[in-house]
Amino acid sequence: MMELNLIWFVLIVVLFTGFFLLEGFDYGVGILLPFMSPHDSERSQVLRTIAPVWDGNEVWMITAGGALFAAFPHVYATMFSTFYLALFLMLVALILRGVAFELRGRHESPCWRHFWEGAICFGSAVPAFLWGVAVTNLIQGLPINEKMIYLGGFFDLLTPYTIIGGLTFFFVFTFHGAAFLTQRLASHGLTLRARTLAAKAGALAIIAFVFCLLLTFLNTDLFQSALGGLCLLAAGAAFIVGYLRLFQGHSRLAFVLSSLAIAATTVGFFAGLFPRLMVSSLDPAWSLTIVNAASTHYTLSIMTIAAACLVPVVLIYQGWTYWIFRQRISPNDCNDTH
Amino acid sequence: MEALLLSRWQFAITTTYHFLFVPITLGLSIFVALLETCYVRTKRPAWKETCRKLVRFFGTIFLINFSMGVVTGIVQEFHFGMNWSEYSRFMGDIFGAPLALEALTAFFLESTFLGIWVFGWDKLSEKLHCACIWLVAIGSNISAFWILVANSFMQHPVGYAIENGRAVMTDFFALLTNHYVLGEYSHALFAGISTGGFVVLAISAWKVLHDEASRYAFTQTLKAGAIYMAIGLLGVMGSGHMHTQYLAEANPMKLSSMEALWETEDPAPFAIMADINMEKNRNDCELAVPGVFSFMLYNKPEGEVKGINALQKEYQAKYGPGDYRPDVPALFWSFRIMVAAGGFMLMLAFAIALLAKMDRVMAFPLLLKALPFLLPLPFLANSAGWFIAEAGRQPWIVVGLQKTADAVSPNLTAGSVWLTMIGFTALYLLLAIAALYIALRHIRTTSIPVEGRDS
Repeated sequence: MMELNLIWFVLIVVLFTGFFLLEGFDYGVGILLPFMSPHDSERSQVLRTIAPVWDGNEVWMITAGGALFAAFPHVYATMFSTFYLALFLMLVALILRGVAFELRGRHESPCWRHFWEGAICFGSAVPAFLWGVAVTNLIQGLPINEKMIYLGGFFDLLTPYTIIGGLTFFFVFTFHGAAFLTQRLASHGLTLRARTLAAKAGALAIIAFVFCLLLTFLNTDLFQSALGGLCLLAAGAAFIVGYLRLFQGHSRLAFVLSSLAIAATTVGFFAGLFPRLMVSSLDPAWSLTIVNAASTHYTLSIMTIAAACLVPVVLIYQGWTYWIFRQRISPNDCNDTH
Repeated sequence: MEALLLSRWQFAITTTYHFLFVPITLGLSIFVALLETCYVRTKRPAWKETCRKLVRFFGTIFLINFSMGVVTGIVQEFHFGMNWSEYSRFMGDIFGAPLALEALTAFFLESTFLGIWVFGWDKLSEKLHCACIWLVAIGSNISAFWILVANSFMQHPVGYAIENGRAVMTDFFALLTNHYVLGEYSHALFAGISTGGFVVLAISAWKVLHDEASRYAFTQTLKAGAIYMAIGLLGVMGSGHMHTQYLAEANPMKLSSMEALWETEDPAPFAIMADINMEKNRNDCELAVPGVFSFMLYNKPEGEVKGINALQKEYQAKYGPGDYRPDVPALFWSFRIMVAAGGFMLMLAFAIALLAKMDRVMAFPLLLKALPFLLPLPFLANSAGWFIAEAGRQPWIVVGLQKTADAVSPNLTAGSVWLTMIGFTALYLLLAIAALYIALRHIRTTSIPVEGRDS
């Protein structure tokens, strides 16, 4: 009986890892968009690098949410009602961002384009930051009572630790996006610009990451889990190596290492949580775990069969998309606005 | 208490807004896929070129609409946990599965292949490219299926047991084969086809009148749109009729409220108009045709239909004291609005299809002029239909199992719901204006002239 709960915990980790890894770079590209170039045509090329894939990447988040609802409904209920206003902010950001991708290119006026580019930047920055705040809140613990109900308010979610957590996610994703851009653009000028921005974002990310690690050590019990602690330290190391490699011209390696760092961070935080999914700061017995928050054995079995059949298929066709659009984006690609 | 009321309003606003875009996605995705299939299969070079331009033309409308549908859909997924956490706890074992399956089977499919479709025109073969839009259309319709599986459970629970005060799934296949799903899904699918068809019709009519160079191309889509819409409407009526008959068994309170039938009668009359008095549990006056309500349900002018008062007593005996009547006047009139709008649209579709077949469309410019202004009709009918479905199950959120009042998040304050409700509404208004502006601009400025006709 416990195996299925464990499988679903792992699957949730896989979904969040996929989400942060993939959506991480398109949040990063969105954040960097206004800073990449003063020329409209060049910013169009930047956007074009993620245009065919961002929506598919976002589905990883939707699926993670749906999987939480199906496998651990109490976590879904408690988490989403706890983060009520934070999620509202995130939804506003995601709504603006999604529509902006569609509408920006459909009018030539510079004013129109600037507005929607601003929306893409805002719509990428806010969720990047908020996911960091959310993850650190989960591990730090929240005032959750014996009925799994959150007793605090919106501003209780913002502590120095969680703000550092938010900044860490924000800068890591920004660096991740910049490293992605160095891989995906044909223009030498733009590639250089992406590398310059990566230098700045990466430096800030390293500082934030170090603080985040330190505060995680002080504020949470994450390091009591050997796997959790190791993963986070490995993530930090991978990120720093990737950062240094970028300037020796190994931009692909840098992107691979920042991907690894993001994956290891995600796994690390979840390993630290295990077997809990939300920690109660009031009483350890009131934490939501993979046992007391889970669906029944029957539902988990049905969902396990479905996931085993469907996830590989999704991975294959999403991989195919990246294969189709593997060529670097050149100025010619943006002549026709579909 | 205030947080509950506000949460209901917020859900009503955001879900009604979301469902402005969903039916267009359902119907227009299939229409664009059919158009592209024509493009791939035709051997006539000039028509092929016209087809390609038409695919891109309606494809753009589809994309703008699709992006609105996607972003407003995320709000709905989050809503259950944010505002209705007690519902999510009570129902999570059952309700989460279709939502997760929706993401796995449908959202990945439609978003991935739409990305390929939009940016892959010169990267894929014609056939493969066409297959992509078909996958998008299939994905959208699978998504509708799963969400209606979830909704059908709320209307008519099956395949479950109650354990420790929570509903748990005991038979997944009973959920899928719930007769309610068949009614809701077919009705929604055909409503999508009708709505998509009307969108094509309204745009084509405007182009035929105002863009002479494009007249040939849009006369073709006018004809195609009218036929497509007529098929959709016939399906809507057939599935609606089937579902109404099924309601007599599955959800009699909703059915009798829809018809404002207070007392059990055999044969039951159909009220065309009624002055409904909720306080006295009767209609103060009504204009009714005898036997027709029974005929709707049993295909013969006799047969007993239970009245609201009898059902109210029955439910009180079963579930304890309380008011189990939904808002009867609102249901009654919504049903009439829906049916009237549907009937009128069907006549329109037939008239235009016939005129187009005889090449006589241009002889009735007034009809063409009116079409764009009649475009709100399918949306009115869709919203009225959903209103009947959702308001009709009140006071329950899950019929017979959980009341709406017990479903709201306990830690929700009225202040935060006010904030989010105003925020969503303002944002939605802004986006509606922007999207509509771009869509209208696209329709106005994109011309599809025909260079040389095929012999």
